Amino acid sequence: MRLTVSVILAAAFSSVLFGATPVKLLNVSYDPTRELYQDFNAAFAKYWKAKTGVDVTVNQSHGGSGAQSRSVIDGLQADVVTLGLAYDIDAIAEKAKILPANWQTRLPNNSTPYTSTIVFLVRKGNPKHIKEWADVVRDGVAVITPNPKTSGGARWSYLAAWGFGLRHNNNDDAKARAFVTKLYKNVPMLDSGARGSTTTFAQRGIGDVLLSWENEAHLALKEFGADKFEIVYPSESILAEPPVALVDKIAAKHGTTEVAKAYLNYLYSDEGQEIAARNFYRPRNEKMAAKYAGQFPKLTLFNIDQTFGGWQKAQAKHFADGGVFDQIYGAK
Amino acid sequence: MSATSRRRILRTEPTWLRRGLIGLALLLTFLFIVLPLAAVFIQAFDKGWAVWQAAVTEENARSAILLSLLVTGITVPLNVVFGLAAAWTIARFQFKGRNVLLTLIDIPFGVSPVVSGLIFVLVFGAQGWLGPWLGDHDIQIIFAVPGIVLATVFVTFPFVARELIPLMQSQGSDEEEAAIVLGATAWQMFRRVTLPNIKWGLLYGVVLCTARSLGEFGAVSVVSGHIRGLTNTIPLHVEILYNEYNYTAAFAVASLLSVVAVVTLLLKKVLEWKTREARV
Repeated sequence: MRLTVSVILAAAFSSVLFGATPVKLLNVSYDPTRELYQDFNAAFAKYWKAKTGVDVTVNQSHGGSGAQSRSVIDGLQADVVTLGLAYDIDAIAEKAKILPANWQTRLPNNSTPYTSTIVFLVRKGNPKHIKEWADVVRDGVAVITPNPKTSGGARWSYLAAWGFGLRHNNNDDAKARAFVTKLYKNVPMLDSGARGSTTTFAQRGIGDVLLSWENEAHLALKEFGADKFEIVYPSESILAEPPVALVDKIAAKHGTTEVAKAYLNYLYSDEGQEIAARNFYRPRNEKMAAKYAGQFPKLTLFNIDQTFGGWQKAQAKHFADGGVFDQIYGAK
Repeated sequence: MSATSRRRILRTEPTWLRRGLIGLALLLTFLFIVLPLAAVFIQAFDKGWAVWQAAVTEENARSAILLSLLVTGITVPLNVVFGLAAAWTIARFQFKGRNVLLTLIDIPFGVSPVVSGLIFVLVFGAQGWLGPWLGDHDIQIIFAVPGIVLATVFVTFPFVARELIPLMQSQGSDEEEAAIVLGATAWQMFRRVTLPNIKWGLLYGVVLCTARSLGEFGAVSVVSGHIRGLTNTIPLHVEILYNEYNYTAAFAVASLLSVVAVVTLLLKKVLEWKTREARV
């Protein structure tokens, strides 16, 4: 009896001493995930409070994936990063050495709890009849897409177009390059992040087609009204995998390693997957994928490893200084 | 042609030209200043007073306003001290490197705000010169309040000094010398003679410095890290709201900055007039 009382007292005490201290996490993320993490952070805080009795506040920072990666390298104190593509987390591991190089093997599915793809957002009625990648490069079609140097979504879009060019020209690299060159001739301006481009297209009314993250296109439809825009799915596109990672050294310094790990793992839970699906990210979990199947039309998705030999190779060839993107956009 | 008639020709442009120029100036002022300013307020109150109020009192908006006030509260006094010291040195003494100092004070005017921000990332960032040492001692400058203050101080540095230097030069040091000769201590001289003479110019500098501190976007954006509720100032919060399709809220918060701008303009007019009086 006395033992029980003292255990209860000790538990109560420790919860007063430790449990009541709210924990803070900083999630540095890319542009279009604002709404996703707003929902997810609230769900996780509830889950963590029920499980451990600890209040957790997750602070968010959003921007172009490349720019956010640069900020973490320069010292932005992220406990976790949830960026637009693996290379941007590789860069943090490589340049700042605050997480191990093999970070992508630590969580299931290449550390990408949800996937997405690149689709077309066009004006209602699709006046320019854009149905396929081949239509995007036609003369007289103005294409809105952000700058691949700073935006993750823009790099996925670029590679989706390149992949389409390869697959329809018997893997002829020169023809794929000509295809992408033609596409960027149709791009009047480059915003720095996906959200900026959506605003340019939807709010300011510039361009005929927006190359967009699938989730961003659905959100634009929701925000601006389905009577103004429609989403066009090409026959094939790229499987975009936006990964998540614990930033080991910063979390260790903050003493948040445990909660940060739980935070990322919770993205894979049924509730996390459902929140992802509701925000138009394709869930990995089969149960949720089946439940929300109606919302995600089927299309052929090729991936970066098979088509481009992985992010390191793709980044070096296409997006490094003086790379293919610089050559074709500079020559415009 | 006689001299008088030539003078008349030089003075009086044809009526159509004068009216045309005045009309053009008015049109441009209307297009570029009045119309956008009006648009801010129209958008801000688009959905009514309650929505406006909710937008400016919402938690993240409140923390952005508090942060901007904090940063301004630190920046302005610092720049008053810097500005007074610099103006005093330059206006009262002849020394080698005086012109170099004058040029240095002007640097923040010439440098793009983005570069001003990057300077601090290069010095204090994790990969910067002092980064490793700061990391070892657990001191966070960039992507935290100190970095935002530093960037703001840098950008607003010239305002007070630039206002005081010509004023103090034109007033000369006669009265101050007289005070010293009559037995005043240095502090008495400063408080009783110098300060009353320059107070309107000083206030003018303070008003400009305050307005810029509250409104600075570029430099602060680079060093902020954009953590909502923590490191977003008012202008950064406006950008976030705009990017989140929250147009009405974005313009509601922007309307606060516009009010600051209008008040600044009025204060500026009053102080300009007072300064001119002081100079004569």
